[in-house]
Amino acid sequence: MIEMIFKLIEITVIIALLIPIAAMLVWVERRMIGIWQDRLGPNRVGPFGILQSAADLLKILGKEDWVPPFSERSVFILAPVIGAVCVLMSFAVMPFSPSLGVSDLNIGLLFFLAMASLAVYSVVLAGWASNSKYALLGGMRAAAQTVSYEVFMGLSVMGVVLLTGSFNLREIVLAQQDGWLIQSQFIGFVIFLIAGIAESHRLPFDLPEAETELTAGFHTEYSGLKFALFFLGEYLGVTLISSMAVVLFFGGWLMPEPLASWLPPLCWFIVKVSFLILFFILLRTSLPRPRFDQLLSFGWKYMLPLALFNLVATAALKLSGVIV
Amino acid sequence: MSKLANKHENKHESKHSTLTAAIDMVVSQLRTMALVLKHTFTKADTVEYPEKKPYLAPRYRGRIVLTRDPDGEERCVGCNLCAAACPVDCIALQQTVDADGRKRADFFRINFSRCILCGFCEEACPTYAIQLTPDVELAEYERQNLVYEKQHLLISGVGKYPDYSFYRHSGIAVDINGERKDKGQAQQEKPPVDIKGLMP
Repeated sequence: MIEMIFKLIEITVIIALLIPIAAMLVWVERRMIGIWQDRLGPNRVGPFGILQSAADLLKILGKEDWVPPFSERSVFILAPVIGAVCVLMSFAVMPFSPSLGVSDLNIGLLFFLAMASLAVYSVVLAGWASNSKYALLGGMRAAAQTVSYEVFMGLSVMGVVLLTGSFNLREIVLAQQDGWLIQSQFIGFVIFLIAGIAESHRLPFDLPEAETELTAGFHTEYSGLKFALFFLGEYLGVTLISSMAVVLFFGGWLMPEPLASWLPPLCWFIVKVSFLILFFILLRTSLPRPRFDQLLSFGWKYMLPLALFNLVATAALKLSGVIV
Repeated sequence: MSKLANKHENKHESKHSTLTAAIDMVVSQLRTMALVLKHTFTKADTVEYPEKKPYLAPRYRGRIVLTRDPDGEERCVGCNLCAAACPVDCIALQQTVDADGRKRADFFRINFSRCILCGFCEEACPTYAIQLTPDVELAEYERQNLVYEKQHLLISGVGKYPDYSFYRHSGIAVDINGERKDKGQAQQEKPPVDIKGLMP
């Protein structure tokens, strides 16, 4: 009973941290894009504009929470909730530090992949329930994109599973005590990152929302709090993919010895995740969006064979004893 | 990415060139990212406006004023050319003639909520009275406050043309600084022609 209460407190703390972090990311992203485009970005609300997200939230709460009369009402309302919930659920298996982490599921990695796949329902249902052409096109694109990219997202992390011999994320982290997996799984990391960008619908793979062609894609008809939930889902997704990449390829909270004693493990985890998030933002500022057919052929014709090659090569090297 | 797709669709291309194209593509994307990353260290172009004002050239077309001549008298003679030139009809005025023969605007009204600051009025003005100034901070909370009357428009200075005085040049009999200036006494003006005389 006591344990359960502790777990509940832990869950509450993690959610209470994650949601403000996702909100802050909106500000961080706008500031960073500003810097990279030789602008300043939002710097007016609070010191350095740090309260911009709070102002945005207040504004969005004041907006009319409109459900279009031509939409499928219940599905329309359910869709953004699914998105945010699925991403938050994935964090349940995330080992943040030696002591922090909700669940040590022995199939943690599979659970993450399952939740990432479920998250597509949010976008597809939103696109369908909106009953509008832009939203429908966005939803269709999201479905095709996510189905294609999660195939080799799963394959790209199998190399990690081969080398560590576990689906448990905590054990995967602990297996990297002698060296991060990025050394032997660089191809796997690149593929995972590309698939992760596609899964979280971030630029350059933001075709489901593609402002320039689809207005706002699947969330064209959304406003107010439901729109905010989509945004929350997106930024939580960025955090999730970054955290997952850190856990799988960058040794989670682990650091080589002289550095490890400088900061507590959780801080190192946060530092690594921050670097990856900044990389995500850099991708958004610098790369153009591909055409839809290019996106799919890139996935199936190049990424999938590369992921398979990586898996087979890893297996062969492991069997021949070259890498342990 | 398009390069890659096109190469792949083209069946005549050899395996080798597809690989080259793929490497080109990756290098190109990485180079783009590196170039963007370099901008971390470039200074922002932004001028933080309310704290730092941008430089506005003296001939910038901002708020409209009515200037005075070097003697301190109003330059505007109420000729209505500015109102005629105004493409949005935001200028309204009425001419009146003083006892000493001087013409001036009885009222002069500019509706800045209509004004597009095009400067046509300044070009049309024959006496350099109406001028645009480098002041763009015209915001008001109520639209009615954007209607400027003559007392709001008149300034005590001469504006862009410090020496020009219309009445000192023109052949109109008026009082200048309490002194009577009759016809034929203006600068560069010849005495009036006696139209009843016989001599040419």
